[in-house]
Amino acid sequence: MTIEINNQPYDLPDDARISLLDFMRERLELFGSKKGCNQGACGACTVLVDGERILSCLALAAQYDGRSVTTIEGVANGDELHPLQALFVENEGMQCGYCTPGQIMSGIALKSELERGAPSNVSADLTVAPRMSRDEIKERLSGNLCRCGAHNGIIDAVAAYVGGEEQ
Amino acid sequence: MTVAKPLPHDAATLHVTGAARYVDDIPTPADTLHLAFGQSTIAHGTVTAMDLSAIRAAPDVVAVLIAEDLPGANDVSPSAHDEPLLATGEVHYVGQPLFIVIARSHLAARRAARMGKIVYDERAAILSLDDALAANNRFEDGPRIYRRGDPDHAMGLAAQTLGGAIEIGGQEHFYLEGQSALALPQEGGDMVVHSSSQHPTEIQHKVAEALNIPMHAVRVEVRRMGGGFGGKESQGNALAVACAVAAQKTGRPCKMRYDRDDDFMITGKRHDFRITYRAGLDDQGRIIALDLTQLCRCGWAQDLSLPVADRAMLHADNAYWLPNVRITSHRLKTNTQSATAFRGFGGPQGMVGIERVLDHIAHQLGQDPLETRRQNFYGATGNGLTTPYGMEVRDFILPDLIDRLVETSDYTARRAQIADWNADHPVLKKGIALTPVKFGISFTLTHLNQAGALVHIYQDGSVHLNHGGTEMGQGLFQKVAQVAADRFGLETSAIKITATDTGKVPNTSATAASSGSDLNGMAVKVACDTIRDRIAAHLAELHQTTPDQVQFADAQVIIGDHAIPWAEAVQTAYMARISLSATGFYKTPDIVWDRIKGQGRPFYYFAYGAAVTEVVIDTLTGENRILRTDILHDAGASLNPALDIGQVEGGYVQGAGWLTMEELVWDDKGALKTHAPSTYKIPACSDQPEIFNVALWDQANREETIYRSKAVGEPPLMLGISAFLALSDAIAACGPGYPALDAPATPERILDAVNRVRL
Repeated sequence: MTIEINNQPYDLPDDARISLLDFMRERLELFGSKKGCNQGACGACTVLVDGERILSCLALAAQYDGRSVTTIEGVANGDELHPLQALFVENEGMQCGYCTPGQIMSGIALKSELERGAPSNVSADLTVAPRMSRDEIKERLSGNLCRCGAHNGIIDAVAAYVGGEEQ
Repeated sequence: MTVAKPLPHDAATLHVTGAARYVDDIPTPADTLHLAFGQSTIAHGTVTAMDLSAIRAAPDVVAVLIAEDLPGANDVSPSAHDEPLLATGEVHYVGQPLFIVIARSHLAARRAARMGKIVYDERAAILSLDDALAANNRFEDGPRIYRRGDPDHAMGLAAQTLGGAIEIGGQEHFYLEGQSALALPQEGGDMVVHSSSQHPTEIQHKVAEALNIPMHAVRVEVRRMGGGFGGKESQGNALAVACAVAAQKTGRPCKMRYDRDDDFMITGKRHDFRITYRAGLDDQGRIIALDLTQLCRCGWAQDLSLPVADRAMLHADNAYWLPNVRITSHRLKTNTQSATAFRGFGGPQGMVGIERVLDHIAHQLGQDPLETRRQNFYGATGNGLTTPYGMEVRDFILPDLIDRLVETSDYTARRAQIADWNADHPVLKKGIALTPVKFGISFTLTHLNQAGALVHIYQDGSVHLNHGGTEMGQGLFQKVAQVAADRFGLETSAIKITATDTGKVPNTSATAASSGSDLNGMAVKVACDTIRDRIAAHLAELHQTTPDQVQFADAQVIIGDHAIPWAEAVQTAYMARISLSATGFYKTPDIVWDRIKGQGRPFYYFAYGAAVTEVVIDTLTGENRILRTDILHDAGASLNPALDIGQVEGGYVQGAGWLTMEELVWDDKGALKTHAPSTYKIPACSDQPEIFNVALWDQANREETIYRSKAVGEPPLMLGISAFLALSDAIAACGPGYPALDAPATPERILDAVNRVRL
């Protein structure tokens, strides 16, 4: 049983009860994904599995046999930041930084969700693809808590990223 | 000039790449042990038997420690030595640590901690303010009372009077990074502790007491916290001490991280208050008499409750002249978590009290609440400029600041539009409120207003910067690095920011009271100037001129008409055996304070601000939303406008969250029922106002602070009061009664108030 994390293959743990988050943090020393609440309510542990965002604290590592996981450590291209990482720096999308990895992973995922037309709670019409709007972004980021109140910068960064290529 | 630039957070690139390390991210040696507390399940009583055999037999458990096993002081209190690390017979709240489980993994420790068989002799618990007041269960011998003039006599002369009460709930810090500590035993019994703490010196102090060793044998390091907000001023002591004791016992590294629910259950929160008031007005609606009583729920141990309650009294005036006033403060002891520091430190509760009084007066008089506020301001026609505690308000900029905000936010026209809109809308109602903030800057415990710094310049010209302040996201490290860079004429990239370390700068105060930049910025300036003066004196001598002819700018040292690169100047000084290392020290001048008499100048200066919030409520459900927020905030001559605006936005959001949605609920047995994000709601991206304008009032501090800037950590939290009073304004549009809204203004409370005003 193997899992690929940031393009590196790893053997899955023998103990099937270990969460993906604990597997990454405690066994692989991949500390970028944070443990904010460990109960799926803060978003600090958000990672991508085959491009879709999940909460790694609520996932068992063993569930992802053969799948490809991307964490915050895997989104930059060497020393070159991912465009959304650069936008977070530019837009002051952080204070303490603890929620930042999860915010960025969510931001990357929500762009592809919007692109393939997945609706959210605030999408007015379920029969057509949702229109990109600040409300859509706010709603789709609401599962990633930020206690410092850096929301404006976070929303600005993600809005610039989502809207960037369309304009 | 590197100061006043809107540079990003110093660790921004580390944060976005996930490379920034918090305590829980420090790679630990393979033999590291993990700790968890066994906790009391009752609010008050005596432990008659504790059978921990099942824990000792549980898989991967190495040891269990009870109070009797501790080698030194069993105390983690920051003040009154009334807070044992582990209960000694009597238990005082649900969640109180009873024993420490030491195990090979975090999960094994937590699992085993639930296996204790504890027998209690349960006693009646005192949970509410009313219970505590009735039982006279309190800290200090009686209420503290500050008085000016003769409020009773003046009340008798009033043209009209009004009275009421407001309940103000507490607040969980919910730092995204929970409490954590790691202790690494060293040779000869020394201990190194990594702690997520705003107060490394206190961690050092408490660990030394607990291990029965001198403070010089303990070194505490804090690189950063994932949020603090006051919740890591004293609440990290228990974890650090437990880790150090366990590390000493086992000889192995020991780590402890509270699970989120444990964090809620064990640690203190913002104090909840009830404030009752009676105000006497003259015929123009000015307050001529005010009698305020603040009931403050402190929890089971004293912690920082006395200065918190003092600060609530010191902000009972906010921006208003109160010629005859009595402020009575009861510090009540209850069988709940020991309430602790939280951004604003009592100031917000005091300020909510007086803003409520102003709102009530405006409603009774049928005035625009802004007019009521203006005519009661310090220095308004007929009003004085002295606070009830005898401090002169010397730079009362609020009238000008508010004039500007009224203009930029279009307050007057919008207020009229909202009235029209409400007349046409029976179900949804809008409300608007403009509230001011005047917040006192300095620790009220005067001796804490000191700071130290340590600066080294290496032979290659690179600079190592250290000071006693801690980084919790507020951007302190960057602001202070900007100061250091400016003193040497360098870019901030030439300055290495380093972790707070009790081995480098001793005897530091907590990074609290918004004082971080004021105190540490000054201490660093002193250290830098010491080295700069040495280099200048040496180069002046070499070039046969005077030190005042030597300037440091653009990574060069300019001596008259001669310029040499900074690194060369440093190398020259090194070769001439000039010391390139210095400490710096600063203490705030001019402050004196007698907390018993309630007289003096407790604050070096005041920071000001004002916010306008517009909201809409659904009168059928109580649901509500912030539509627009406009803020103008005074950060003096800002050291870094980008970071300061972040503090203002974040403070407002946190303050509005406290007063509108964050609700702590204890059951009738004293157990906190809202102990996770599933039941305790903090503001999210989806709660952000649709329009959110924030600007800084750009005017230098009249006092000689670091580059004439002002402290900006706590004051903006109180801008959130405008959201609460905007909700009250929307409710008032539903009927003739006064809403008398309590906080937090949850949908249930709003719905109740809507029904109340219609009667």
